[in-house]
Parts: sequence; C-alpha cells; structure tokens
Amino acid sequence: MEIERLVYMANQIGRNLATEDNPAAATADHIRLFWDPRMKAAIAAHFVAGGEGLDAVVRDALTGS
Amino acid sequence: MNGYTPQADFGTPEVSADTVVTLTIDGRAVTVPAGSSVMRAAAECGGSIPKLCASDNLAAFGSCRLCLVEVEGMRGTPASCTTPAADGMVVHTQTPRLQKLRRGVMELYISDHPLDCLTCSANNDCELQDQAAAVGLRDVRYGYEGASHLGAEADTSNPYFDFDPSKCIVCSRCVRACDEVQGTFALTIDGRGFASQVSAGQAGDDFLSSECVSCGACVQACPTATLQEKAVKQIGLPERAVVTTCAYCGVGCTFRAEMRGQQLVRMVPWKDGKANRGHSCVKGRFAWGYAHHQDRITSPMIRDSVDQPWRIVGWDEALDYTASKLAAIKAQHGARALGGITSSRCTNEETFLVQKLVRAGFGSNNVDTCARVCHSPTGYGLKTTFGTSAGTQDFDSVMDADVIMVIGANPTDAHPVFASRMKRRLRKGAKLIVIDPRRIDLVHSPHVEAAHHLALQPGTNVAVLTALAHVIVSEGLADEAFIRERCDWDEYQDWARFVADARHSPEALEPVTRVPAGELRAAARLFATGGNGAIYYGLGVTEHSQGSSTVMAIANLAMATGNIGRRGVGVNPLRGQNNVQGACDMGSFPHELSGYRHISDAGVRALFEGDWGVTLDPEPGLRIPNMLDAALDGSFRALYIQGEDILQSDPNTHHVAAGLAAMELVIVHDLFLNETANYAHVFLPGSTFLEKNGTFTNAERRIQPVRKVMEPANGLEDWQVTQALANALGLDWNYTHPSEILDEIARLTPTFAGVSWERLELDGSLQWPVNADHPDGSPIMHEAGFVRGKGKFVVTDYVPTDEKTGPRFPLLLTTGRILSQYNVGAQTRRTANSIWHGEDVLEIHASDAENRGIGDGDWVRLTSRTGETTLRADVTDRVAPGVVYTTFHHPATQANVVTTEYSDWATNCPEYKVTAVQVSLSNGPSEWQEEYADLTARARRIAAEAAE
Repeated sequence: MEIERLVYMANQIGRNLATEDNPAAATADHIRLFWDPRMKAAIAAHFVAGGEGLDAVVRDALTGS
Repeated sequence: MNGYTPQADFGTPEVSADTVVTLTIDGRAVTVPAGSSVMRAAAECGGSIPKLCASDNLAAFGSCRLCLVEVEGMRGTPASCTTPAADGMVVHTQTPRLQKLRRGVMELYISDHPLDCLTCSANNDCELQDQAAAVGLRDVRYGYEGASHLGAEADTSNPYFDFDPSKCIVCSRCVRACDEVQGTFALTIDGRGFASQVSAGQAGDDFLSSECVSCGACVQACPTATLQEKAVKQIGLPERAVVTTCAYCGVGCTFRAEMRGQQLVRMVPWKDGKANRGHSCVKGRFAWGYAHHQDRITSPMIRDSVDQPWRIVGWDEALDYTASKLAAIKAQHGARALGGITSSRCTNEETFLVQKLVRAGFGSNNVDTCARVCHSPTGYGLKTTFGTSAGTQDFDSVMDADVIMVIGANPTDAHPVFASRMKRRLRKGAKLIVIDPRRIDLVHSPHVEAAHHLALQPGTNVAVLTALAHVIVSEGLADEAFIRERCDWDEYQDWARFVADARHSPEALEPVTRVPAGELRAAARLFATGGNGAIYYGLGVTEHSQGSSTVMAIANLAMATGNIGRRGVGVNPLRGQNNVQGACDMGSFPHELSGYRHISDAGVRALFEGDWGVTLDPEPGLRIPNMLDAALDGSFRALYIQGEDILQSDPNTHHVAAGLAAMELVIVHDLFLNETANYAHVFLPGSTFLEKNGTFTNAERRIQPVRKVMEPANGLEDWQVTQALANALGLDWNYTHPSEILDEIARLTPTFAGVSWERLELDGSLQWPVNADHPDGSPIMHEAGFVRGKGKFVVTDYVPTDEKTGPRFPLLLTTGRILSQYNVGAQTRRTANSIWHGEDVLEIHASDAENRGIGDGDWVRLTSRTGETTLRADVTDRVAPGVVYTTFHHPATQANVVTTEYSDWATNCPEYKVTAVQVSLSNGPSEWQEEYADLTARARRIAAEAAE
C-alpha cells in the first residue's frame, strides 16, 4: 500500500475526531474497525520506522497498537 | 383480454376521515368516509357510474356530464364526481332520464371522434368506447358533416408516445395529471369552446420542445388513444400484466409490466404501489429498451490478457476457467488477494450471495459495493447517531411535513416520483429550504418557491449546518423536552456549547460558506419553529471529505428540534440506485455482515459460521479504493464485479484503470461490455430486472418483490450465475429460487426476521425492521426510542477540504445527475432518453465564461490536477460564479478523469462534489479521450469479429 495515502487517511481521521473526549483512542478505534490488516500493518510499520508525516494524534493512536 | 385486467378506477380520490356517512345507491346501503363523492361511494359498493373526465388520482372536475345521477330530494341531475355523499342520501344511477341525458352527451362526443375503432391502437382498451357501450349509444343524430377536429395533425415528436388531437375529447385529464400528479404544469387547454385543444407548452411547441418531462402521467390518464404509447401502436395491446419493481432510482416505483407473450409492451405505474402511488418518471415508465439492445452480451467470454480479443465460450468453460484462476491466485497469494463488488442494481438475494461468495468462498472480507461512492457516509453517520443505517420515514410522511429542508439533493432530476409528492405538499403550503450550490429546479418552479435558498460554497456543508444549529441553540429554539427524554443530555450539552460558540455564528462563518447570515438565520428559525420539520438529503451531503460529519450534523439538527419519531419529520437520505439500501443491508461492506453487524463480533460471526459451515476472517476487508491501491502494490489480484462499472463511476479514472490493469483476474458480470470490462479477463453475461425474481429495498426501507416477466436472454438469472461460480469453486450451494436465499437472509438478520417471499406476496411490500417487535414492519423509525437507546449528539467540527482552488485551478467543479439519464448511463444511453441528454455538458456562470472567452455551446477543456477532458459549455446563472457543474453519464466525456481521490474521512466515499479545475476553450478532444477511444475499440473486440 502506498504509505503516503495511508498517512493522509490516518491524519484525516485524527483531524475529524479531534473533538472526541480521547481523540487518540477514537482514532485507534476507527482504524481498528475499518482498516484491512495489510493497511494496519503498513501504517504500524511506518510508525515504527519514524512515522514521517503522521500527526501527533495519530502517533498517539498508533502507540498502543 | 385473456389474463389482462385494467387497474380499477374509483373515479375520485380516496378520502381519509374520522367520520363515516351511510347512503343508499340503487337500493344498496353503502358506508364511506365523510367527504367521499357519490361516484366513489358507488364504486366502493361495486357499482359503476359512467364517466370520462374522472379518475381516482385526480381531483373531481365535473366536466364530462356523463356521471349525472338523481338524488331523492335534490333538484336536477348533479354530477356524482363533485357531489359529496351524505348520511341518508338516496341515489339512483340508472334511470330512463339519466340514460337519455348520457346518450345525448355521448352523441356530442362521438360526433367529433373518428369512427376507426377497429383499426385504432386503443381498440378494446378505450374508455370512450366502453362508455359509449355503457350508455347504450346506437346512433349520432348530429351526423359527421359539420366542423370537426378529425383532420388535426398528430404530434409524434416524443420518442415514447404520440399525441393525436383528432381523438381528443378535451376531458382535461392529461392537463390535470400534469398539474396535480406530476406537478410540472406543462400542458394546458388552449382556446375556448369548440376551439379548445390540449397544448403542450407555448404556441409553436410540440411535446418534445415543451417543458413536458415525459413522466407518462398524461398518457396513463388519457381515456382514448389521443395520448398513446408508441409501443402499443407497434406491438398491440398487452395480454397479461405482472407487478414488479423498477430498477432505476431509490424511490422503488412499482409497475405493472404489461406483456404480450414474452414481449414487454409497456410499463405502467401500479396504483397500489406504496412508494409511487401510481406515478412514474421517464426512466421507469419508458426507458427499458436497453433490455433488448443490440449491445447486450448474452454469452460468457474469456481472454488471457486484455490486449486479446474476447473468446465466446460456454458457461462450463467460463466458470471452470474463472474458478481455476481464482484458486491459483488464492494458493499463491492468500485469500486476502481476492475480492468482490456487489451491485446496487441487483436484488437483495443476488447481493447477499456475492458477499457470501467472497466471505465463505474466497475466504476474505474484501467485499464492497457502489454505496462506497454514494451513501456509505449515511450508513456511518446514522448508525452512530440513531443506531441504524437507514432513513427514518416512509415517503408518505412528506405529506405531513410543514417545513421541508432539501440538502445536496436534486429530487426533480434524481428522484422524480418522490419529488412530485414533495411538490404536491409544497403546493399545499409547506415551506421549503434548499441548501445547494446550484439553483436546482425546486428553488423556483411552477407553484413552488423556496422560502430560502442557501447557495453555499461547495465543501462547506458542515459549516452551514453548524451555523444553523448555532442559531437554534443560541436563540433558545431547541426542543429541550424531546432532547431530555430521547437523547443523551450530557452529550447534548457538550454539543450545544460547541455550536453556540461565537465562531460558529452565521456571521462568523459567512466568509467561508458565502451564505448571507441573515438568510441563514431566517432559515434556522423557520426550521425550528415552523411545525413538522423534515430533512431530505442526497449525494451533495455524502460525497465530501466530511460526508459522514455532515450526516451526523443533520441528525443533530433533527434531534435538537425534536423532529424524529413521528410522521412529517425525520432524516431521509434519498438513495441513488434502486437497491443501494438493500445492498448495504445485505452485508456488502467489508467490515460488517448483513444487518450492519461488525465482522469482529465473535457472536455474530459464529451465527454465520454455523449456517455456512466455514470459518470467517474476523478482520475488516478492503474498500473499493483500497482494493485499487492494493492492486498496485501486488497484494490484491482478483476482483469479481457484479453489475457495477467502477471505471466510469469511481473517481480519478487514471487511478482506477491502473488498479484494474494491475490485477491478474478481473471478472465482469454485466449486461454490456462496460468501461470496466475493457480491463476484464472474464465476462459473465447478466440478466435484467425483467428476467429475474428477487427483492429490492428502496430508500424508505421498503422491501419489494421483483418478478420475472420474461426468460433471461443469457439463460440464467444473476443469482444462478453466482451460485454456479461458487459451486465451481467447490462450494455446495443448492438454491432453487431466490425465496430460499431470502429465507437465509431472514434467518441470519434480525431486522429481516419476519420477511419471506410468502409475506411479500401477501402484503405487497414490507419496511424493515420486520420482526417480533415489528411484525408488520416499520414505516416510521425511532417512534418510542432510538434503536441505539438514547440519541447521540456528535460534535462535528468543520474541517476544510484539502482540495483547494488556486491560480492554476481557480474554479470548483461539482458533479451530479440529470432526469433522463441514470448513473453511468449504461442503461439509459441505450434508450431514446438520449434525445434529451446526448452528452455531458459543463454548466458555467456567464461571468466565468466571459472571462475565458467562452460562449454557450463552445467546446471547452476541463482540467484538474488529476486529468482533463473536453465537453460543451452551457452558460447559465444556475451555478454561482466560481462554480462549474457537470454530469457523469457519458464515457466519452468521463467526468471522473477530472475528479480526485480525496474522500470522506470515515468511509472513503469520494469527494465528487469538490474538485478544483480550470476551464478553457478547446479545439479538440483531450489526449486521454483519444487514447481511451482507441483502447475501447481494441478491448471490445470479439474473436469471431476479429477474424473477419
């Protein structure tokens, strides 16, 4: 999967869930519920590799994944 | 006629009243609701009063003077259609005096009517003929030598019906049908007295050039052969009729397919149809010719690579080839390399089988449906806020609405039959608020005028809805009693604080939305205080980067004003295709099984695993755009597409083409070699809605039967093809009729628990949920409480789209539909509907056109950062300066070459409604158009033709 596209999608989710009580948890939950395993694996690997381009809320979301 | 019975006509409309009256008609006592006409009462007790100008879908007119009756104690012979039934009334419908009067009237009609019954196309289906017999007409004392209309020239301009004024009796039924039923007011009676004649539009207009929208209401209303379907003239009168459901938009009109042998003569709206109440539009009524169009492919075809011509093969070879390819890919790359797309044009049963094939046969959850690109945000938004992914009302509910808010929808074009109902309510006084960048027809049309048109900047829906909420909350207009009882109060308070913030005032947001603050405030006040408030919305809501947020903002607005849970209110998504609701209900999304239950729920999975005898993948699968992305990296390799054309319908055509080209196996199951088939290796011929049994579910959750009226041209219904593919893969499916699939759906889906083919035969239709709690279905949802318990207010902050205008692309493109064409046009382009819309055009405001030297009708180049195409300009003030608009019905234009991959944050529904573009004069097709024309010509070669 093209990682730039996944980073964009994850950041977009994070921005739209910014008003939730716990935006990071809501973002993590959304990715868990709606992303295919290869997409989850790709964004997790990208995060482990430094996570270039990921917003803070997404980084927090991926920390627990 | 053998097997053919005309639809019953009670003469005047049914009346709903709390009280009844009892009268005596020809010695028989009859009790009817107060306000019913004597004519209706007579028909209710099995009587038949002669009539010509009366019809039970039109208000009484009292013109033809044939329905005269005698009422004891009343002077004269009143017209029974305009005389209200009264308690104790004694009516005589057959007396010598009445017979004499009626014969006299009939003599006058016949004296100016051609006596060509034996050669007339309406012979044996003509009310004038029937009534002449009923009144005992034996001669015409006036002769036929005087002035007459017998030489009047016929108007054959409409592709589907003719107007022959020589046969017209000027009963005005056509004019009244156009006014009262359709609401277009295209027809009138021109002239006076003997010179009176039906006229379409202005002097010099014919039916085709007039404002007539070819809905067919006038043809249906005509009691003679004056307005007659061309097909009846060509084929003859039908000899049998089968009630079935239209395969066009989400209104789900019920029709009588009127047949002569295996040949369809005409589709006539069924008066008992609960979605359409006897009305139709140009698509459902007339545009069914694609079913036997020469482009239709009826044999399976295969090829090893897309640069080869197709090879026609038998079903066994095609299915074995497909199954072996699928098995090989699965063996090498795993189950998650395979997937499928279900069709919103196919039945619930067919859709259910495709998703079952993917989950149980392929072994992945990579199944998606075209709702991905239209109403997936509706599913997400309404499930989050209300607890279920569907609209809250039935269509009838609109007749109880006081304020109607239409957001991002164009019902007169996309849902025309429902639009006629809505216009009828508006003509009776309901107020209208339109939120749309374009001046859609509802804003200003005959006898309909929007109270407020909020012509917002594309992409600012959430901002506008938040501003509306700001006014309602900050001015104390919220329905606190409703909210405290029905919603989570703490969540409401959080939301109310958010929207009440000064940064969300109409004034603060006006620079973003471009909606004048005063107008917006007035609209908010009207919606909150005007009585029953009903919201109807379409793809102008969902097809945005904040589509899901907008749906939730709409739900917030409805809850805040207490407009949920009763007639006349609600949140109503106007679904695009005929079975979008059903396709979603059937588990077509990659993250959920039928009934919107998440695949990660072990209990739900266990239910399906037990029934299907397989182990299901607990992880969500890929959505359509994700499938295309994954194809490019090699992890997704095979796709079975039933009844969808993603190359034309999905955004960024170049990207879709690249994704399809990267796959090892693309299986297209369709009526035609569509655009996607240019990249396919297997073509499985499909069947039309006329050739299959099953059910569709419309936008009001109404499950309706689809009945086979002719044998499939390809030999198999679509569910049989999917079953054959499943069995070729080693599954053991043995369905013998779609009713058995429906039983399985009911067994596995709580909201469908009470649905069966037998129930549908009995009830005609059912609105889910149908179960122990709602044994007769659910016309209105959330009446006693929300499905999720308490209604959930969700804070929806406005996040601007990343699609920005700038010096290179200074205009915003938004896309949509037109009345005569449907979706990618695969069906309607293969009918005479193309006479109204033969190509996509670009609407551009006069000031933007002037700045670019563009004149009306000029060829222009439409360019975005993803691609470019060319089409003709339509210079208009329907769009605002800075905004351009086009449709996506024609592959030669392929508007989606220009649209981008930006999508809804929650569902990946594409942002079709906002693309930054530039427009300039053009002197020829774009490079892509030329290349694509060549590609299509090569890709559609069939071996037998290639060898010639």
